[in-house]
Amino acid sequence: MSLAERILAGDVRAAARLMRFIDDGLDCATPELKALYPHTGKAFILGITGPPGAGKSTLTDKIIAAYRQRGKRVAVVAIDPTSPFSGGAILGDRIRMNRHATDEGVFIRSLGTRGHLGGLSRSTVDVVNVFDAMGWDLVIVETVGVGQDEVEIVRNAHTSLVVMVPGLGDDIQAIKAGILEIGDVFVVNKADRPDADRAVRDLATMIEMNHPDEGEWWPSVMRTVAQKGEGIEELVEKIEEHRRFLAESGQLKHFEENKSALRFEELLRDQLFRQVRKRISDSGNLARTIEAIARREQDPYSAVEEIVALHFQK
Amino acid sequence: MSERKLRLLVAKPGLDGHDRGAKIVARAFRDAGFEVIYTGLRQTPEQIVTTALQEDVDAVSLSILSGAHNTLFPKVIDLLKEKGAAEVPVFGGGIIPEDDIPGLKAAGAKEIFTPGTSTEDIITWVRANIKPLA
Repeated sequence: MSLAERILAGDVRAAARLMRFIDDGLDCATPELKALYPHTGKAFILGITGPPGAGKSTLTDKIIAAYRQRGKRVAVVAIDPTSPFSGGAILGDRIRMNRHATDEGVFIRSLGTRGHLGGLSRSTVDVVNVFDAMGWDLVIVETVGVGQDEVEIVRNAHTSLVVMVPGLGDDIQAIKAGILEIGDVFVVNKADRPDADRAVRDLATMIEMNHPDEGEWWPSVMRTVAQKGEGIEELVEKIEEHRRFLAESGQLKHFEENKSALRFEELLRDQLFRQVRKRISDSGNLARTIEAIARREQDPYSAVEEIVALHFQK
Repeated sequence: MSERKLRLLVAKPGLDGHDRGAKIVARAFRDAGFEVIYTGLRQTPEQIVTTALQEDVDAVSLSILSGAHNTLFPKVIDLLKEKGAAEVPVFGGGIIPEDDIPGLKAAGAKEIFTPGTSTEDIITWVRANIKPLA
């Protein structure tokens, strides 16, 4: 039986192994992904992002529990940074979720960013697809602790939670671009801290300044104390509200089209680049061209135009 | 863009009160370029084995300070077998008397490191003995 067949039959080890192949960028993953793709599109994908230390993993743990109570099977992709120096990583998000480790309705997979920027790893979308095809109801993607520019999650998750904590900065932070613009639901976690009211107010002001159009989703600011389990039910209810909104407003179709376009272009870019690079490198052209550019005998713009013309035009 | 990277589980079964040693080893593994999944303190053998399978690790390393190594090592090894994952090597360390080491190896532990072992020695052993499983 192929890995894909075993995965469709619910085999955890087969899924774990394919995720490994995907993460390591092995070509043998591709036929399996092809076989799984027709079975995707059923899972609800929830992104959880926010700065380091905001409590994303603890919140994820509580959200897992809330959805388990609702009888849903929950998969988690937890992403931690890879050291740019050694290439190694300590993936420790599980520490806060491991009480679910022996629950067969929960599958947690940790991934290192492996040099990829944007808050996800290069493998994330495909790993989510494996979970989706396998029939998991909910796939939670917890990004690395992000700053202001790591917004890749929003194109790949149906609903994006942005988790903040009180006291992160004055209200100028709230008018900056980046993760503050991508949230479908904002969460002020650790809301038992004294300056929580202010954080909620700043976020609410920012949402008002964005003033969504008529018929668009209006993001809410929720309060939680994840450690104590406070505010979780309300948060999950809000997530479900956004999910219903996507379906009823027709935005779900739009989301799927955007996501497909993005994925297609990404793969196209990867493949074209790899093939062209391999050809010019095998022929010795790559080294010659780079040398010529370095010696200012050729400019890089013309060099690329020539290669593109050579490989793609009639 | 293929890149095989070792994935190792660093786990603390049982009732140890602290995890300094495990954290130092996890950090050393990271600096050696490995991907380390760290579970935190007080994990049951069942939790450790499920984690190992979901994370598709190439080896499970156990850190045990409590004196319960003679129970916990065989338990983790047997559970892996039970789940059809006998090929996943188990090694570890902690406060383990020399006299107990032959028994642990007979039970299937690949290597046991005792206090005073340098992290370099552990990494050298890992590089020589642990390979990506597939």
